[in-house]
Amino acid sequence: MSTSDDKAKEVSAEADVSAEAVDEVETASPPKVNEKKQDNGGLGFIILFFIIGLVGSLAVGWWIFPKLLYSQKKQPIDFNHVLHVGTVEEGCESCHYFREDGSFSGVPKLAQCVDCHEEVMGEDPEELKFVEEYVAKGKEVPWLIYSRQPDSVFFSHAAHIKMGKVDCVICHGYIGESTHSRVYEENRFTGYSRDIWGKNIAGLKKNTWDRMKMDDCAECHAENRAVPKTVETLPWPISWMPRPYEKPASSQIRVHIEKDACFVCHK
Amino acid sequence: MKEQHEHTKARKYGMVIDLDKCTGCGACMAACMAENNVPFKKDESDKLLSITWMRVYKLTNGKKFPEADICYLPRPCMHCEGEHGHAPCVSVCPAVATDYSHETGIVSQVYTRCFGCRYCMAACPYHARYFNWWDPVWPDGMEKYLSPNVSPRMRGVVEKCSFCFHRHQLAMNKAYIEGRRKLEEHEYQTACTQACPAGAIIFGDLNNPGHAVTQIAKPDHKHGGRPMNPHAFRLLERLGTNPKVYYLSSREWVKRAGDNYIENES
Repeated sequence: MSTSDDKAKEVSAEADVSAEAVDEVETASPPKVNEKKQDNGGLGFIILFFIIGLVGSLAVGWWIFPKLLYSQKKQPIDFNHVLHVGTVEEGCESCHYFREDGSFSGVPKLAQCVDCHEEVMGEDPEELKFVEEYVAKGKEVPWLIYSRQPDSVFFSHAAHIKMGKVDCVICHGYIGESTHSRVYEENRFTGYSRDIWGKNIAGLKKNTWDRMKMDDCAECHAENRAVPKTVETLPWPISWMPRPYEKPASSQIRVHIEKDACFVCHK
Repeated sequence: MKEQHEHTKARKYGMVIDLDKCTGCGACMAACMAENNVPFKKDESDKLLSITWMRVYKLTNGKKFPEADICYLPRPCMHCEGEHGHAPCVSVCPAVATDYSHETGIVSQVYTRCFGCRYCMAACPYHARYFNWWDPVWPDGMEKYLSPNVSPRMRGVVEKCSFCFHRHQLAMNKAYIEGRRKLEEHEYQTACTQACPAGAIIFGDLNNPGHAVTQIAKPDHKHGGRPMNPHAFRLLERLGTNPKVYYLSSREWVKRAGDNYIENES
């Protein structure tokens, strides 16, 4: 929304400028010498300024605004997933595992890392930094969580992985194949990672893991009938639904969303 | 929906509160507030503005000394089923911020959907719903004691007892990794149930004949869940809200007080 607002402001500002510029040109030019030519020149200026304004506002909306909106943060330690997956025995589950009570470990705590990293094992300067700054001092690493959701969201890894048989990649992408931690981009207004909104400022996505908004959850739920099938007949995102009750029976498509759908993922 | 019902029979969580056992100690209220991050104010003297998901009321029979009697009545959200999930609050919510779950029988409250019109508060005959007039302010350092499983509410939304729904979510997580979709009775219990030192509160699935709540209240599902136990009653039964909280008392005046009766009414 804010991009289009900005654009609109920018365009109007440019329009004002061009109008002023035209006035100046008219007053500056010698009086009544070939009026027709002058008109053409004015029109040309208007078009020129319009184009400059358009390009300018597009640049602001698509390039400068996202740069301003997101701050760039580096992870405290540059983590190499490939290296770790190659070394540990049980693959991803060595560090990202389910606890007995059904909760998911998520990003491992220091205690988990210390199992292997009590002493420096390799020659990587990042590891040296990790051992010296965190392991030796017994300090938790303040990892920046790309997929952190608001606290009103209840997400059950158990339900998705164990019952739904959803692959990690569906939501998290091929993070296991990364050799470096990518930059964490934090939305300056909301404090959430850019991974939630998605890289594309227009909110478009190509892959399932490009975005982590509520509509993305709803989309997959509708496709997989985790929420009853009728949701998928909706021509708009589920979050737009004003009232998930049945449409009159006369309507050909019976729209009926599971009534308690919200409380499954909200807490 | 049919697919889901095949492997999970719909549950209907409910409560039985034995008023003869309740001592009015208020442990359930305290446990509830701590469990659910219920906000409080510096000055709690105006009880109309207090938020108490679980509230203990004091009833008196209004008689003079030899016959004087009191009864404490803990009141959580009744999680009314109405007719087929037509709870009073659910019917009026224009935002679907509150809804009746046919899977668990719990009336939800989604704070991020609620925009604070308070129709539900007007509709609720039990005063079980509360409005956040202010953003919660926790004393210094207390944020660290908040439960991460319950989201704190913001100013301008309505909140109420959820039967500790987060405990249900967590219990389901455990069941899932063990490959189950069913919960044992002890796996999902509310905070007030566990806190009650007198054991006056019993919680469980009213659809499961093995659960204590069903055995005690003996709900007659064919007749709007009316209790078949002669000592059991529900608040404002005549409104047809079909609540899922049953009360037990051997005292006739308490049973009468549970409904809105007219003096000298037979």
